[in-house]
Amino acid sequence: MAAVFQIGLGHYLTLAAVLFTLGIFGIFLNRKNVIIILMSIELMLLAVNINLVAFSAFLNDLVGQVFAMFVLTVAAGEAAIGLAILVVYFRGRGSIEVEDINLMKG
Amino acid sequence: MIISGLTFYLLAAVTVAAGFMVIAARNPVHSVLFLILSFFSSAGLFVLIGAEFLAMILVVVYVGAVAVLFLFVVMMLDVDFVQLREGFLQYLPIGALIGLILLVELLLVLGTATATPEAATAGALPIPPASEITNTEAIGQVLYTRYVYLFQAAGMLLLIAMIGAIVLTLRSRESVRRQSIKAQVGRRREEGVELKKVQPGQGI
Amino acid sequence: MSMYHIIVFLPIIASVVAGLGGRWIGDRGAQWVTCGGVGISAILSLVAFHAVAINGNVATVEVFTWIDSGAFEVSWAIRVDQLTAVMLVVVNVVSALVHVYSVGYMAHDPHIPRFMSFLSLFTFAMLMLVTADNFLQLFFGWEGVGLASYLLIGFWYERPSANAAAIKAFLVNRIGDFGFALGILAIFLVFGSVDFDTVFRAAPEMAGKSLHFLGVDFDLLTTICLLLFVGAMGKSAQVPLHTWLPDAMEGPTPVSALIHAATMVTAGVFMVARCSPLFELSATALTAVAVIGAFTAFFAATVGLVQNDIKRVVAYSTCSQLGYMFFACGVGAYGVAIFHLFTHAFFKALLFLGSGSVIHGLADEQDMRKMGGMRKLQPWTYWTMWAGTLSLAGFPFLAGFYSKDMILESAFAAETGVGEFAFYVGIAGAVMTAFYSSRLMFMTFHGENRGPEDVYHHAHESPAVILVPLVLLALGAVFAGVGFSYFFIGGGREAFWGGSIAGVGPEDIVEAAHHVPFWVKALATVAFVVGIGTSALMYLWKTELPGRIAAAHREAYLFLLNKWYFDELYELLLVRPTKWLGRLLWRGGDGRIIDGFGPDGVASTVLDLARRATFLQTGYVYHYAFAMLIGIAVMVTWFYLRLGG
Repeated sequence: MAAVFQIGLGHYLTLAAVLFTLGIFGIFLNRKNVIIILMSIELMLLAVNINLVAFSAFLNDLVGQVFAMFVLTVAAGEAAIGLAILVVYFRGRGSIEVEDINLMKG
Repeated sequence: MIISGLTFYLLAAVTVAAGFMVIAARNPVHSVLFLILSFFSSAGLFVLIGAEFLAMILVVVYVGAVAVLFLFVVMMLDVDFVQLREGFLQYLPIGALIGLILLVELLLVLGTATATPEAATAGALPIPPASEITNTEAIGQVLYTRYVYLFQAAGMLLLIAMIGAIVLTLRSRESVRRQSIKAQVGRRREEGVELKKVQPGQGI
Repeated sequence: MSMYHIIVFLPIIASVVAGLGGRWIGDRGAQWVTCGGVGISAILSLVAFHAVAINGNVATVEVFTWIDSGAFEVSWAIRVDQLTAVMLVVVNVVSALVHVYSVGYMAHDPHIPRFMSFLSLFTFAMLMLVTADNFLQLFFGWEGVGLASYLLIGFWYERPSANAAAIKAFLVNRIGDFGFALGILAIFLVFGSVDFDTVFRAAPEMAGKSLHFLGVDFDLLTTICLLLFVGAMGKSAQVPLHTWLPDAMEGPTPVSALIHAATMVTAGVFMVARCSPLFELSATALTAVAVIGAFTAFFAATVGLVQNDIKRVVAYSTCSQLGYMFFACGVGAYGVAIFHLFTHAFFKALLFLGSGSVIHGLADEQDMRKMGGMRKLQPWTYWTMWAGTLSLAGFPFLAGFYSKDMILESAFAAETGVGEFAFYVGIAGAVMTAFYSSRLMFMTFHGENRGPEDVYHHAHESPAVILVPLVLLALGAVFAGVGFSYFFIGGGREAFWGGSIAGVGPEDIVEAAHHVPFWVKALATVAFVVGIGTSALMYLWKTELPGRIAAAHREAYLFLLNKWYFDELYELLLVRPTKWLGRLLWRGGDGRIIDGFGPDGVASTVLDLARRATFLQTGYVYHYAFAMLIGIAVMVTWFYLRLGG
């Protein structure tokens, strides 16, 4: 019983994997709007961060956390730009439905 | 031990559940809120693991900035979510399959991976024990010295992101009146004043 | 540059000048050039005949080395031995006379230079054939005369029947040529050379050796000789490759006279005589030659009995006489065969040219049922044609008497089963020959005119350019026997022939033929009398007889009239299956399979694949992202399986 509560690296990594998969599901199983896609990307980045920090802790290496910080930075920037594009797109298109992104259809 | 284990499981469950609700919620505002919940519980996990600086940063940056930004945009875009089509199920089989494959492979990799014995001590940057310096200080000692270039680059990146966002979304609206001080100040008499000879009783 | 070069090459130069320069030198110029060229060749051939055959100066003049490839070496040489000299005279003299005749006969034709050019081209090819020093050169001339025959039969190319006849001649000849080519290949395989001297010298060693093919042993020389004979069958219109000759009458009459009477069709006989050293070593082949020759002689004579077109009667007569020549070869009497070839050239060409004169006079009427009473209007033609007819039928002391009777006597003297068969068949053929030849004369020249009156009134004797060749040929038909039989088949034959053909010597078959019983010799003349008598009865005095006999034996009459239904048989057995097979291979094989898998198939597959590929390009970004995800999944799986596992 105690072993179950012995939280090891594997637990964190599993968690991260599940979150990552959820993020992927979110991208492709959603047809509501584009914002969900952006949020799913944030989920995936969160999963990556968990991975990095877990490794950092269990391998006793600070580099993981430093890297996670940079990932965070990039994620923030990317979210900002992504939303800006979305806003501009909405202005032009009038809708943010995923199905409506088909202007390239031949 | 037990408490930390329980805490872990609790936080992990919340994270996963919140993540699931992000993609499953009908209302996009709900999705954002669940995302925030997910971030919070992850921050808790980070604290549990000993990376409290990162946990705080997560809260401040992710939740305080990114998620709020999401919220702004969601509310600003005036999306009539009632009329949003679901169309969920069309891609469910293949999407689920792909997702499952990835998950299974990730777990397989993680399950069969073993760490070399020296890994624990071969780290590039051994974490000093928490009794000496705090996590924040430890990261600070490293970030501005060894990784200063990366730090500066990250800053540049943020600057560019900011400029990019402004460039993308800035538009000038003709209906808003503005002042151009330069034009006001640089006006000359010839442009501003016009003499007209007026006959009495006739007006202009 | 010797006399022989001139003899051989002058006709081709004349042909090229007339053919290509016809526009500039005009009709007259073309006629002068070609007649002059062949005429000079003819005179020189007489000189050569005297030098080579009479005086025995055999020559081989090398022109150039033709092929020099590894073990295969062939040079182009003009071989002039006695056999060649005889053929040179035949070919050149007849050709010269035909050229002159054509000046008159084709005077109203719009394409005179082309005609004269083709005639000279043919002459050149025939000369190449007879002066060949090796099999390949012979084959070259062989194909050349086939080509000239095609060009000349189809000379009036606007007529579909002429085109069809030309193609038929070429195709049937081709079948023969295929056998001939196989024979030459076999010769090269066995002897390592295609040179006549080499092969003939080495032939006796190969006698009795056999060729192993598909599990069966074939006698070597028999196989070679039979294959060569297949070629001769095609070229000389022997059964079963005879069907082209009657149709070849679509060509102008001078063509029929030159090619299908005197020269081209005799190339087969010449070739057998030339290869007599080989044939002598294979009894089977000789038997085959004799049997086929005898059968053809009989067959063609029966068909000639009832034909109504004047040229076709003469054509079947040619076919029959060629059969005689072949069975003479078959019993080993090559010299006799060549002698008959020599005399036959004269009287057969005469008969054709005379028929041409009649046709020309009657404004292109060829059906004898519409002729009659021409002897008052065309006396010269009439008397010269009688000379030819009597010579052909074997009137004593005319040319045909010597040559044809000698053939019959040789057949008897062979004292083999085949020889006896050939002899009796030949006698029957002689009766029929006399019958149909005189029938032709009676129907055309005697009696009352049966054709349209206005045509008859306009009929006149032909001009001198036509009559002079007739007279010259008539002289030949009458006197060639008396003049030359001593050399060809008489006491002087051994000295005359030299070594050019086999089977000539003091104890040869001709010697035996001279000593056959008297009744044998007389039987041929009796056949002649019976034939002419019956014909005179049926066509001069009791002219209703032919009609009644034909009506009484309708099937037999039709059987003969339709040439024993050979054409219909071939149509059924060969032509239709071949066309069906051709269509099958074209549509099914070429069209569906090769084109289907090849160009068309590839093109349509490309289009199909491209069309399917367009389904990927939905223009829908969501799909593209999904595709990227699938790609990631695949890559991860692959890496996991490759590097993990």
